[in-house]
Amino acid sequence: MEQHLPVLAIVVPLIAAPLCVLIRQRTLVFGTAITVCWATFAMTVLLLLRVVYCDGSDLITPAANVVTYQMGGWLAPWGIEYRIDSLSVFMLVIVSGIGAVVLSYAPLSSAREIHREQHYLFCAAYLLCMAGLLGILVTGDLFNLFVFLEISSLSSYALISLGARQSRKALTAAFQYLVMGTIGATFILIGIGLLYQVTGTLNMADMSSRLSENGEVFNKVVLVALAFLTVGVSLKMALFPLHAWLPGAYAYAPSVVTAFLAATATKVSVYILLRLVFTVIRPELALQLVPLDKGLMLLSLIGIFVASTAAIYQKNIKRMLAYSSVAQIGYIALGISLASVSGLTAAIVHLLNHAMIKGGLFLAMGCIAYRLGSVEIDDLRGIGRRMPVTMFAWLLGGLGLIGVPTTAGFISKWYLVSAALEKDWWPVAGLILIGSLLTLIYVWRVVEIAYFQSPVESAEPVTEAPLAMLVPTWILIGASLFFGLQTSFSVGVARRAAEMLLGVVS
Amino acid sequence: MTDEITIKLALALPLMAAVTAGLFARRPNVRELFTLIAAGALLVVVTSLAPGVFSGDRPGVTLFSVMPGLSIAFELEPLGMLFALIAAGLWLVTTCYSIGYMRAHNEDHQARFYACFGVAIFAAIGAAMSQNMFTLFIFYEVLTLSTYPLVTHHGTEAARKGGRVYLGILLFTSIAFLLFAVVWTWNLAGTLDFKPGGILQGKASDGVLLVLLGLYAFGTGKAALMPFHRWLPAAMVAPTPVSALLHAVAVVKVGVFTVMKVVLYIFGTDLLASKGLSVPLMYLAAATILIASLVALTKDNLKARLAYSTVSQLSYIVLGAALANASGIIGGSMHIAMHAFGKITLFFCAGAIYVTTHKTEVSQLRGIGRTMPITTFAFLLGTLSVIGLPPFGGFWSKWYLALGAAEAGHGLFVAVLMISSLLNIAYLMPIVARGFFLPPAEGPERPAINEAPLFCLLALCITAIGGVVLFFLADKMVQVLIPIAQN
Amino acid sequence: MNTVLSLYNYWIVIFLMMTGFYIVIARQNLVKKVIGLNIFQISVFLLYITMGKIENGTAPILLLEKDLQAGEPSQVYSNPLPSVLILTAIVVGVATTALALALIVRIREAYGTIEEHEILEQDLES
Repeated sequence: MEQHLPVLAIVVPLIAAPLCVLIRQRTLVFGTAITVCWATFAMTVLLLLRVVYCDGSDLITPAANVVTYQMGGWLAPWGIEYRIDSLSVFMLVIVSGIGAVVLSYAPLSSAREIHREQHYLFCAAYLLCMAGLLGILVTGDLFNLFVFLEISSLSSYALISLGARQSRKALTAAFQYLVMGTIGATFILIGIGLLYQVTGTLNMADMSSRLSENGEVFNKVVLVALAFLTVGVSLKMALFPLHAWLPGAYAYAPSVVTAFLAATATKVSVYILLRLVFTVIRPELALQLVPLDKGLMLLSLIGIFVASTAAIYQKNIKRMLAYSSVAQIGYIALGISLASVSGLTAAIVHLLNHAMIKGGLFLAMGCIAYRLGSVEIDDLRGIGRRMPVTMFAWLLGGLGLIGVPTTAGFISKWYLVSAALEKDWWPVAGLILIGSLLTLIYVWRVVEIAYFQSPVESAEPVTEAPLAMLVPTWILIGASLFFGLQTSFSVGVARRAAEMLLGVVS
Repeated sequence: MTDEITIKLALALPLMAAVTAGLFARRPNVRELFTLIAAGALLVVVTSLAPGVFSGDRPGVTLFSVMPGLSIAFELEPLGMLFALIAAGLWLVTTCYSIGYMRAHNEDHQARFYACFGVAIFAAIGAAMSQNMFTLFIFYEVLTLSTYPLVTHHGTEAARKGGRVYLGILLFTSIAFLLFAVVWTWNLAGTLDFKPGGILQGKASDGVLLVLLGLYAFGTGKAALMPFHRWLPAAMVAPTPVSALLHAVAVVKVGVFTVMKVVLYIFGTDLLASKGLSVPLMYLAAATILIASLVALTKDNLKARLAYSTVSQLSYIVLGAALANASGIIGGSMHIAMHAFGKITLFFCAGAIYVTTHKTEVSQLRGIGRTMPITTFAFLLGTLSVIGLPPFGGFWSKWYLALGAAEAGHGLFVAVLMISSLLNIAYLMPIVARGFFLPPAEGPERPAINEAPLFCLLALCITAIGGVVLFFLADKMVQVLIPIAQN
Repeated sequence: MNTVLSLYNYWIVIFLMMTGFYIVIARQNLVKKVIGLNIFQISVFLLYITMGKIENGTAPILLLEKDLQAGEPSQVYSNPLPSVLILTAIVVGVATTALALALIVRIREAYGTIEEHEILEQDLES
């Protein structure tokens, strides 16, 4: 059983999805789905222990083992191989953890926001999406990656459209996401095809060794492939300027869906970028062909400022948080563009930190939407007094976005600024910190309205959100505070992953 | 009880006070009693550590490591010990005052007030005892955030606007400048520990060090160095106990304390003095001293006048730090104590006057000495301490500052100090004079005495007399500070 | 000249790719966008399939006895893998198209139109 863990983590949610479609009864469906999610989380934690914490390694110096699994017993590179290293397992735990916490929150939230008849379909699509995302993280085969990418994408288009009960804009947002996402995925497919053409293999490790042996011969093809892949992944990742789908999709999807996607989907696309650039096409070749570091840095800096500024003017809080996500993805891309151990550590640790913070923030918004029925900033007047626990969670999440010490966001900012200063790029460091100030403006706008203004006369009285929704919210926000003070796990594993990606032996 | 436990207890006590204030929100007497007990206990705990530290011990404890190489750790040295003593002592006095003020004024949200106060003191004590810049930065930010609800206590539109300026300037400077400086120092020196003699010797070029010092100076917005001083007058929308303790003692003193620590233990006085890096800072501090005093002259609102006076007095301490010689350091450090007692007395009196007569403007205070003689007399004592006349503590700190300026060859700054003293007289003495010697604008010429609430009176008398007591304790203070100043 | 003309499969791929991409961007009607998306995807399928064909290669079905006797492949076989990959990709494409069309039906119900500019107008008004 233990040797099948890698594939079980994918198969269990995958099988559970059609099961949910068959069991139509709402309570049973949610029960099954939530159990499956937590079981998957348990499996990924077991994998984490095997990959990172075995062989006498401790919390301070995690190890860097690799767990492999051959699908159907066919050996690599002819068969499809699953390869779990420290980066994959780090992200596996994040995605399955957030998936489990958010789905535990879902029964009440979806009762408010999704048509009752569609709840079992919601669970099915949710499980499919999670299976797809986990599959991307686990697989060691490029085409398998594309297949899982499309599984997760298609189910996320369906999930977003479930928000149509609240607003018909969910449908157009889902459609726009579909068109842009498919173009992105097709670009990735083209890139994979071109790489396959010159190396003759789809296995990532095998392709990597073949490219490093005779990469120079195929320079032009690899260049074109890298170009297509970068554009495709940037689209999925919502890197400026290919982020147009994100604000609409996050704003009008149901709160559960937004929380899950915001915390996982874009992060997994970052993972794809990391794999492609650092594992498959080694950085020496990739950076030589395409000035990825400078290009990525420029785009991410512009993205941070444009997105943060756009967030300041939003009236819909979920839309504001969506623009905030685009800015935060900019921070992650900035860390990657620094292409040093510190830079990559900063980027990878921010994957975890931002997932917790944004997930928590969107769950808090879901609590507010549950009681108020709206997420417009004007309707949030005085909500700090009427829903203190929820709003305090939101405040802590907002402080995490700004990067106040003792939150996880501070840790990411610290490493990012440190990595920039290491390379003597102090203008970049300064710009990172100024980005925090823009975050301060849009976060504090909401805080002031929530705590300082009194509710409109005609507003109905609302009470605090139900406990079943508060607990998952506080789990994520509490985790962001915990990882703001105890970073041995997050930074330790992130550093290991960064070293492994850059091929630094330590 | 070992020193480790004592330090942890010192940190835990204000937090416990905050928690109990929250728990017993509906039972005012219980929560106030708990806060008083906690404050008293904190004073006892901190005082117990003092003799050891002043005779050369450096007790410390490391709590845990946040990032590799960066941990939350505490270590006591004379300067921090001094600050901790002031903070603990004045917390007790201010709690006493707050009880009188908040109840007389029938303020809302008193539980939130005492709870946030507890957290703010926790942050101040934590900052006082920090062993490295990382810990200090964390507590610095916690202080900013925990004082925001205190500044915006009244919840009015004016409070919100004041809070915005307060938070905006403090967070802006701390994120854009101070955090930058801290991470840069970390990159250059590989450590953030406070070490006598500094950690930046030979780590960077002079230009880099100059920029770094500038970032630290402007980044420490709480030190109210111009042009980042506007938060101080803006924070005057807060209830007077808040203005008194936090903006005369805790918040601003954490700011100048940070500057002092940076000068002493990050850069090292030798490095600064030998390369003359801190000369621009001296001029900046001198400019702030003068400009703030001039602005104070124009302010009619009593609290605003006192706020600008504080801006000016803080730059005395920054000047002392920038002079980077033994006398300057001693003068600046002593002024942390002297100014704390002097200013808190003035604020207590301003609050007492407001709560009794609802008067806020200086022009309204004619004849106040006849209705509130004790308060006005205490105000006089506080004024004399701030101006720097014997037998008040403020005299000695100004003396050492002038000595430091002269020793460093900057006669200009001696002149600045003198002019500033004159300006102090100009904007503070008239208040007392008009209070005692002019009859009230309306009502009988010899009105009945209508003093402030008892708890308020008690508090302001203690601090006023404290200013005198410090005059005689100054010698001890110098002895205690010499070891660190002469490194 | 010879090489350029013999790479005609790539020219077709590029042509289809650009056509599809253009339709997606330029056309206002949502169904037409989906058609454009399909054409775009088809170009990629052709890229894969044509890359599998090897000159003089026969269908990739093992002529078992002949090869077993010889002990090694007697024939050049075309690469079967790209075709297999494309089967998967076609299925993905079909699913995407189905989902897109379902969304268009829902959009028609909600907005009363499937022209993008009219939908945008309605969104801006509300």
